[in-house]
Amino acid sequence: MALKIVKGSIDRMFDKNLQDLVRGIRNHKEDEAKYISTCIDEIKQELKQDNIAVKANAVCKLTYLQMLGYDVSWAAFNIVEVMSSSKFTYKRIGYLAASQCFHESTDVIMLTTNQIRKDLSSPNQYDTGVALTGLSCFVTPDLARDLANDIMTLVSSHSRALSVSFVRFIRQSLGVQSAAVNVICELARRNPKNYLSLAPLFFKLMTSSTNNWVLIKIIKLFGALTPLEPRLGKKLIEPLTNLIHSSDSELIVPLSCIAVLISLSSGMPNHSASHVVCVIVKYLGLLAMSKILKTHPKSVQSHKDLILQCLDDKDESIRLRALDLLYGMVSKKNLMEIVKKLMLHVDKAEGTTYRDELLTKIIDICSQSNYQYITNFEWYISILVELTRLEGTRHGHLIASQMLDVAIRVKAIRAFAVAQMATLLDNAHLLTGNTQRNGICEVLYAAAWICGEFSEHLENPLQTLEAMLRPKVATLPGHIQAVYVQNAAKLFATVLRSQEGNTDSTTAQETSQLMIDRLPLFVQSANLEVQERASCILQLVKYIQKLQQKDVEVAEEVSALFAGELNPVAPKAQKKVPVPEGLDLDAWINEPPSESESEDEKPKAIFTKEEPKHSRPRHTEVDEKELARRREARKQEQANNPFYIKASPSSQKVYQETPGVEHIPVVQIDLSVPLKVPGLPMSDQYVKLEEERRQKERAEKKKKEKKKRKEKRSGRGKKHDSGPESEEDITPAHMVDIVTEEMPENALPSDDDDKDPNDPHKALDIDLDKPLADSEKLPVRSHRPTEAPKSPAEDGDTESAAPQEPKKKSSKEKKEKKKDKDKDRKVRLKEKHFQHLNMKSSKHKKKKQKKEKEEKEKKKKKKHHHHHHHSDGGGEESVQNGTVEEEEPLPVSLCACVCDIQGNLQDGSQVVVSVIFENKCNSFLKSMEFNVLDSLNSKLQRPEGAGPHDGLTVPFQLPPGVSNEARFVFTVQSIVMPQKLKGTLTFIVKDSSTHEKLDFKLHFTCTSYLITTPCYSDAFAKLLESGDLKGSSVRLEGVNMPFHHLLARICFHHHFSVVERIDSCASMYSRSIQGHHVCLLVKTADQTVSIDAKCDEPSLLGNVLDEIKQTFSQC
Amino acid sequence: MIKAILIFNNHGKPRLSKFYEHYSEDTEQQIIRETFHLVSKRDENVCNFLEGGMLIGGSDNKLIYRHYATLYFVFCVDSSESELGILDLIQVFVETLDKCFENVCELDLIFHVDKVHNILAEMVMGGMVLETNMNEIITQVDAQNKMEKSEAGIAGAPARAVSAVKNMNLPEMPRNINIGDISIKVPNLPSFK
Repeated sequence: MALKIVKGSIDRMFDKNLQDLVRGIRNHKEDEAKYISTCIDEIKQELKQDNIAVKANAVCKLTYLQMLGYDVSWAAFNIVEVMSSSKFTYKRIGYLAASQCFHESTDVIMLTTNQIRKDLSSPNQYDTGVALTGLSCFVTPDLARDLANDIMTLVSSHSRALSVSFVRFIRQSLGVQSAAVNVICELARRNPKNYLSLAPLFFKLMTSSTNNWVLIKIIKLFGALTPLEPRLGKKLIEPLTNLIHSSDSELIVPLSCIAVLISLSSGMPNHSASHVVCVIVKYLGLLAMSKILKTHPKSVQSHKDLILQCLDDKDESIRLRALDLLYGMVSKKNLMEIVKKLMLHVDKAEGTTYRDELLTKIIDICSQSNYQYITNFEWYISILVELTRLEGTRHGHLIASQMLDVAIRVKAIRAFAVAQMATLLDNAHLLTGNTQRNGICEVLYAAAWICGEFSEHLENPLQTLEAMLRPKVATLPGHIQAVYVQNAAKLFATVLRSQEGNTDSTTAQETSQLMIDRLPLFVQSANLEVQERASCILQLVKYIQKLQQKDVEVAEEVSALFAGELNPVAPKAQKKVPVPEGLDLDAWINEPPSESESEDEKPKAIFTKEEPKHSRPRHTEVDEKELARRREARKQEQANNPFYIKASPSSQKVYQETPGVEHIPVVQIDLSVPLKVPGLPMSDQYVKLEEERRQKERAEKKKKEKKKRKEKRSGRGKKHDSGPESEEDITPAHMVDIVTEEMPENALPSDDDDKDPNDPHKALDIDLDKPLADSEKLPVRSHRPTEAPKSPAEDGDTESAAPQEPKKKSSKEKKEKKKDKDKDRKVRLKEKHFQHLNMKSSKHKKKKQKKEKEEKEKKKKKKHHHHHHHSDGGGEESVQNGTVEEEEPLPVSLCACVCDIQGNLQDGSQVVVSVIFENKCNSFLKSMEFNVLDSLNSKLQRPEGAGPHDGLTVPFQLPPGVSNEARFVFTVQSIVMPQKLKGTLTFIVKDSSTHEKLDFKLHFTCTSYLITTPCYSDAFAKLLESGDLKGSSVRLEGVNMPFHHLLARICFHHHFSVVERIDSCASMYSRSIQGHHVCLLVKTADQTVSIDAKCDEPSLLGNVLDEIKQTFSQC
Repeated sequence: MIKAILIFNNHGKPRLSKFYEHYSEDTEQQIIRETFHLVSKRDENVCNFLEGGMLIGGSDNKLIYRHYATLYFVFCVDSSESELGILDLIQVFVETLDKCFENVCELDLIFHVDKVHNILAEMVMGGMVLETNMNEIITQVDAQNKMEKSEAGIAGAPARAVSAVKNMNLPEMPRNINIGDISIKVPNLPSFK
């Protein structure tokens, strides 16, 4: 044996280690891939050996290869092996490898749970550290759920109560302090409001800390907090300025950093370094400005020239930052100038990223606040057309949507836009080179549509039609072809109409022939939409051709196909449709499915039995009167329905010429602007023209002003010079009537919808007052909502008013339902399921397998029982609910608890009970005290010095409707028996300031001492073979649920995990907090389930089996 | 948070890659290539911040890098990190490497990438900065190395000897292998603590 070890270690010496591998790779520069593949083969051999050192060495090499881009996921299992080595050296190698290559879909990751848990609780701090570091990289939701408690133990508190742990941190070393600040900052970025309460603490820290990193982070955090709490800002000003001025703290707000960097650069020999500093400062300055811009645009605007200069900087990062700033500093006056400059950059720019960025910025700048700054839309269209000449851009779609938007909304520009688009279509071959998604060819989509829709403005529709039907079009993406086909038909209609009066019908017929010749190409298209439209239109044209040959006038009919104008609809129009009075969108349309129809109770019932009340007679005789009445009602309803297109004049306007649009003065277009620019237009011409126009205007204005001044000379003659013209002085070239987007009638005025979805501060708009969404809640193995309720007063009341009880109960249920309304369906189902279980359990006057809770005196249980039958009765009950709620006579202090009992793995004698307190009454609850009457076996852990009968203060108060979770630790001696503890919760209702008391029972089931632990089949087999376990078995009759449901149920309710499953037979495993193994063999055959179980503690096993039996007898 | 930490040389050969979010091996290589491409074409005298890496994250993210002799140290971070703070962190990282490897050069990083990882783990965990005090970092790293040595014990000695012999037997691998000035220059910065 000893010889073997020595031999092993000698062998090991000549194994290739990481350094050898690296050296080898460097020596095989030419055939690196081949060399590495031989190395991987070696590594595979090494991994097969038993010696952990060899394995670790192999894994270490794999980590390196992973960095070079080789997939090493095949070795995941070996990595786990190395991770579980007891030696720190190997453990570290294992964790490093895991952190580099494990991820959510690595299946062996679940095997690591126990190892990580062990390492986390290791007495060696470095083991813990290594495990944490690794875990931070490959943590998955599953791992997080399983290990959350262990990490909590590490942090020695709950994450929801992070503030508590934070205070503790502060008292510890500085290192931990900075880590904690870091974590909080990261959390606060998502959810700043939660941490407002910590502000004073941070404030103190900021003024006292000397650690730079902590300072930076705190300042960042305050940055996130100040928008929420304006008072904070005022308070902060002084210490911040102090920090900036104080000489000894080299603070890393930009200002003093400059100093640091300058001192850095002075140490460097080459003076280019000082330039670097300048650049850094420049960059940060621009960054800061963009932040200032959001709040004080004026103060940034004064630096316009400087920023424009930065656009010429050779550093791309700086140019990008400057671009960001531009957005805020354009005006009507300088827009053209700025855009011109940007266009120059577009031409010069190398690298598509920057060019694309420029493109989006140009469009952003121009289109901002509803084209506010554009005075000349022809200029804008030509800019857009110029942008189409960009190669390789990904923003074709953006340009296209701008074209469409402008053409649709600015009526005066349509003729010009159509002409431009026709040119674009004509030159489509220039754009089609790049057919990638979102490429520039997207523009053709807009061009085709504009030409088709506004074809009446076309100079030569026939030519455009020809251009649109070229064979090359078939290479365009499908959705563009579809638009082509459709709009070709529109153009066709226009051509027909223009030829209508002509006695010579050859042109019209030629056009039809052209369509018939070219459309078959599209009919063969692979794209469904293209094909469908093409074949439809082809048949139509064929029919028209027939009519034409008979000399029938068809133009009118054909154009009628495309009559009417589309009005732009505001993006928020749908949202603004007011909900008509009396319409409750949350109400059930059908009768809600009855509660008792839980899917796993009688799944077959849905198919076999048909409830009679659902089946309505299909044909009922309705008399004439009834029909008339219904018609009337329907009309009434339609009149109130905004979605229903009525025959009212208001909707007709779409098809007729709208008088509304007519009376808007569309001013004569200034003819000095060339409407027909031959070829592709140059936006520069417009800039010049615009300049001239403005000058002229200015001169005119001056004249007028002079006149005016002459008239009233004695007036305030101070205005000698009109100075630089102000914003308002610039009048648009031609009055542009920007069609406002349509809004539904009587739209609700709301201000909240103007928020920019990209607004960085949007993230701060989280309603933290509302209870956590389901996904945010910390994992709790399982819990059941119970109706805890009733202040003693109510108890008395219910006794006297027995018949009312069922109603009351259901009213609570309804409340619960309401609460959960917006949670997703799944959750609701789950809850139903729980309620269902609740009902059943009370029927059997026993608690279910796990935990229990609230006092239910025997009488009540009987009533409960009643209720159960009632709810079977179906719908009628829910109708009564609403009224009962109001009848409740008390200032009720309802307090629903959800509780969960969970073993603590670290300490076999501890059980943690989490209780969720929910205040269901309308008053504030405070001074809550939780007390349990200890039994010999189980004791509530109280703080030192407290007597055995003192209650524990619940560390929070509850405003109405709020719930919060508290955890209580119990020490348990023996876990083999289930037990019940009696307890009380006392609290003060703020309004009445009376002490209220709530009795409850805590039911510690044996299941709650079990902890889901994965187990391998080989380990499982060994365990069974060992013979230490004692067996027992149980049979369940009449269980008719699918086998996997059954297993899931056992796993879920009883904390087992499936080891192996073969057909209708499965082995399961779980472990108690004191290390008892519990093994199950579950078999099923015709509604009978037999469970053979083995455990080293027979009484524990007996109780667990009883509990399992109970679970299934209840359903 | 920090999304990724990359070290590569002037030719784009990766010397260390640490991703705090999962990407497939191929994507990782692509990211390294893209980052190298973006960073390497920038002049020495432009600023150390760079936006526009397409693969990692997108608009919220930034590359913050420093160039030391033959190596680029690139941190990819999101907007919650302070730009200058990260620059400082890179400096601390390099200085720590310098202390741990005694006059660090690219070869150290090439042959001891595992050690670099260990040092980095002391500074950054899961994308969060843990510790910025160099002395503290070095103390922890040393303590762990000591543990490693004590674990190897006598069994480790022959292995070390062999590896020393291996190094000796390969004269073609001198430290100054065909890369001119490989040592990383670290200016002494009294003000960084």
